[in-house]
Amino acid sequence: MDAGSAKGSPQKKTGSVQISLREDREIVMMREFNAPKRMVFDALTKPELVKKWLLGRDGWSMPVCEIDLRVGGKYRYVWRRDSDGKEMGMGGVYREIVKNERIVSTELFDDAWYPGEALLTTTFAESGGKTTMSTVILYESRGARDGVMKSDMERGVGLSYDRLEKLVAQN
Amino acid sequence: MIETLKALAEPNRFQIVELLRRGPRAVGDLVDELGMNQPQVSKHLKVLSAVGLVSARVDAQRRIYALQPAPLKEMEQWIEKYRRVWEKNYQRLDGLLEEMKSKEKKHGRRKR
Repeated sequence: MDAGSAKGSPQKKTGSVQISLREDREIVMMREFNAPKRMVFDALTKPELVKKWLLGRDGWSMPVCEIDLRVGGKYRYVWRRDSDGKEMGMGGVYREIVKNERIVSTELFDDAWYPGEALLTTTFAESGGKTTMSTVILYESRGARDGVMKSDMERGVGLSYDRLEKLVAQN
Repeated sequence: MIETLKALAEPNRFQIVELLRRGPRAVGDLVDELGMNQPQVSKHLKVLSAVGLVSARVDAQRRIYALQPAPLKEMEQWIEKYRRVWEKNYQRLDGLLEEMKSKEKKHGRRKR
């Protein structure tokens, strides 16, 4: 039985995150994992597991990962770049927790370059032993979401340079 | 890019961009297809050209508007970069989940 391809577009496969902008204040991410949802839920909510994967770009580690998994409980993440010790932190509060099903939490970066907190809703849907995780990030304003996009653009120039060159060549 | 998003956020302008995706059009054609009056359409086209989403050329007495891909490609490029960072996270998560599964197979599911 091919449960993995039962959902979404025919091209969709495990191992490729889908990202889209929805309405004017949201970013939506979808990804399928080859594991039951209770495991994916654990990997997102147990500090010793979160530290192993939520690292962003290569060369960063996560020295601080504190999670108080209850409604009103806080979480706190700090990342450190190994090359020069530069740190980046963020945290928030859990608003809703349904074990293995759904997590709603706030999110604010220490050096937030956008106004207000973002609200994250993560849901887990299991089918045939595979789990589709969807993350909806709702920003307080459209300006905030666009600000995140812009700042990422500016910081990411080096990283996407090769692609930029390709684009220029096409025009 | 914020300017591009702002320009596109207005529903009528979004519709103009959607129409122009099918090919260049004269202002008069857009007026007919959108059911707006000419000053309204011209106003929206002005905003769209200001952010570089459309350009105009004059053909006899008519101004023909065409879509310019650069601002849309810039947006696509941003999404692609964001996607890459998350894909990196999720690939590490794939590995971790495999570890968790094989551990569970060996030791059985822990009671909690």
